[in-house]
Amino acid sequence: MSQLVIQDLHVSIGDKPVVKSVSLTIKQGEVHAVMGPNGTGKSTLAKAIAGHPDYTITQGDVLLDGRSLLAMEPDERARAGLFLAFQYPSEIPGVSIANFIRAALQARLGESAELDATGYYKKLYEKMDLLKIDRKFTSRSVNDGFSGGEKKRCEILQLAMLDPKFALMDETDSGLDIDALRVVADGVNKLRTGQLGILLITHYQRLLNYIVPDFVHVMHEGHIVRSGDKSLALELEAKGYAWLKKELVHA
Amino acid sequence: MAETGKSACAPQNLSALRYPTSEIQMSALPDIQTAAPTGAFTPDVFASHLAGLGHLPQWWLDRKREAWNRFSALPLPQRTDELWRFSSVQGIRLERAHLSAVPGQALALRPTPLDFAQSASLTFTNNRALPAGSLPSDLREKGVIFCPLEEALTQHADLFRQHFMAQPVNLGSEKFAALNAALTTSGAFLYVPRGVEIAPPFVAAHVASGEGAAVFPHTIVVLEDNAKAILVESFSSPESSPASGHFAAGQNDLFAGPGSQLTYVGAQDWSRDALAFQLNSTVVQRDARVLSLNIHLGGRQSRHESHSRLQGPGAHSEMLALTVAHGAQEFDQRTLQSHQAPHTSSNLLYKNALLDQARTIFSGLIIVDPDAQKTDAYQSNRNLLLSDDAEANSLPGLEIQANDVRCSHGATSSHVDEEQMFYLESRGIPPVVARELLVFGFFEEVLNKLENEELHATLRELIQTKFKHQTP
Repeated sequence: MSQLVIQDLHVSIGDKPVVKSVSLTIKQGEVHAVMGPNGTGKSTLAKAIAGHPDYTITQGDVLLDGRSLLAMEPDERARAGLFLAFQYPSEIPGVSIANFIRAALQARLGESAELDATGYYKKLYEKMDLLKIDRKFTSRSVNDGFSGGEKKRCEILQLAMLDPKFALMDETDSGLDIDALRVVADGVNKLRTGQLGILLITHYQRLLNYIVPDFVHVMHEGHIVRSGDKSLALELEAKGYAWLKKELVHA
Repeated sequence: MAETGKSACAPQNLSALRYPTSEIQMSALPDIQTAAPTGAFTPDVFASHLAGLGHLPQWWLDRKREAWNRFSALPLPQRTDELWRFSSVQGIRLERAHLSAVPGQALALRPTPLDFAQSASLTFTNNRALPAGSLPSDLREKGVIFCPLEEALTQHADLFRQHFMAQPVNLGSEKFAALNAALTTSGAFLYVPRGVEIAPPFVAAHVASGEGAAVFPHTIVVLEDNAKAILVESFSSPESSPASGHFAAGQNDLFAGPGSQLTYVGAQDWSRDALAFQLNSTVVQRDARVLSLNIHLGGRQSRHESHSRLQGPGAHSEMLALTVAHGAQEFDQRTLQSHQAPHTSSNLLYKNALLDQARTIFSGLIIVDPDAQKTDAYQSNRNLLLSDDAEANSLPGLEIQANDVRCSHGATSSHVDEEQMFYLESRGIPPVVARELLVFGFFEEVLNKLENEELHATLRELIQTKFKHQTP
């Protein structure tokens, strides 16, 4: 079984340490939610694992099925089976969604083989139907002029098409109204087939009503301070992060 | 995007900005305007050119003589000339060029292939029209004319005379416009009568072949009331000789009558050693729409001047350009949007991608006449710097004499966006492919404005091929 192992990870932005010793193991088919107040290092964790050049890993390792990701370029990490769903996806004017996803799939085949166009569109339309995305979407430029909900659905479409082993979902619920949230959550749930491992980063508990996690971790000031099952999220919701901070002070 | 790289930009405010401005002094290079102003184009060359045209109407030969005199009298561009600001005027030399005969092998050479359904096409090699079949009968029956210039000036003299250089060239290249008029023998004449709409594009392909070949294409398009047509002009050289010494001074006169819709595409792919001028004059009458797209790929140094005159209410001009500049290429683009009637609109979008040590110059002006109220004019120049050594110069300008208008302009120069790169790479796309996608996306915003899908695909292919061949 595939697993993504985060070992004693420390991440800095410039000289500033943001993530301080995070360890976590995600197995295929599991959904791990990471919760915590703003500025606590959740997004940094996800972007650093994906290889964003602004984030420096100062200590620790990230292993995908035993192979360290840290020496790999971002595109190599993605081809190894990692996917980052962005909190704020970039707009790419002039590049259609169809061409973009096709380039990503072609990259997985290498130069020796040509992606089968018919099969590609068949799969693309299947996934779009699954996610209730209008087929006209394919000719639109990636995220260009999209609403918040469209951007997030476009992220989920890419996730569905690229078939990664592990997805890091960074604040996928931010900026969504309740209807859009439901559509996105439905999409993710349809992809939970037992193959995909998910690290779900969220500020609010409400997403976890729709995507029910197997494990919940609470991050505070760069550390995972508490782990549990989905009931931890409900406890947090009831008592708020202030409760947690108080507990930490007393501990 | 951040303003980065070596780029110069005039103040971008919306108040009336006088043009030309004169505050800039160029660096102190020695002034080397000592060359003969006619270069290889001596009076003897002109005399023997005329001697071969005895079969043509007298008025035409007279016009040629007038043009020749103008060409001879006008000086070469000077560094101090505001209309040539930032141009490498020292690179403008007329010594090597000559009016060559068509080399035998060149007759078999075909221009850059344009792979889309066409109404008809004409090919001109070294100023000579290659034999073409007659126009399809359905077009003839509708009254459409599409023929070489010399046929037009004998068979359709009045029409031709009415539109040939009907508007003055006034953006700096008057000398080269005169040279074109003096020496032109080639070019297409397209006439579409009232109410006739032709969907597949007409094509005029110009070829320069042989060392030092000089070409003078001159194309005229006339759309009568409510007519609709597309003309694609291509400019290419079959040889890839690094020292071709080609010279081109081309012109086109585009006339869009009331309610007509004209799409004009110019695809410039001259050899890498060419010195090229292309001068456009567009007239847009009441409720007419013109979309012009000029693609600049070839040449050592090339200058494009485009002037749209909006002459009747409801007239609209869409002025688009795409440039891929690499090596030490210089592309110099000068534009003028003249709003001469109320309720007219124009939208200019010029995009340049610069590699290596390439240079681009964009200088654009919007002029709104005193009675052209409700003008809506926009001008935008976007430069994508793919090398730290490339240089993009931008000189946007407005001159507004009416008080109830919407006019604005903008110029940006930026590098490839790192966040966009990371986004593409995070999907498994290698950096070199990611960069290509972003550059092609940059162009696509302009190409998307073409309604004809096949034409769009062909031009995309032309640009992408050029880009890929020039980058490792």
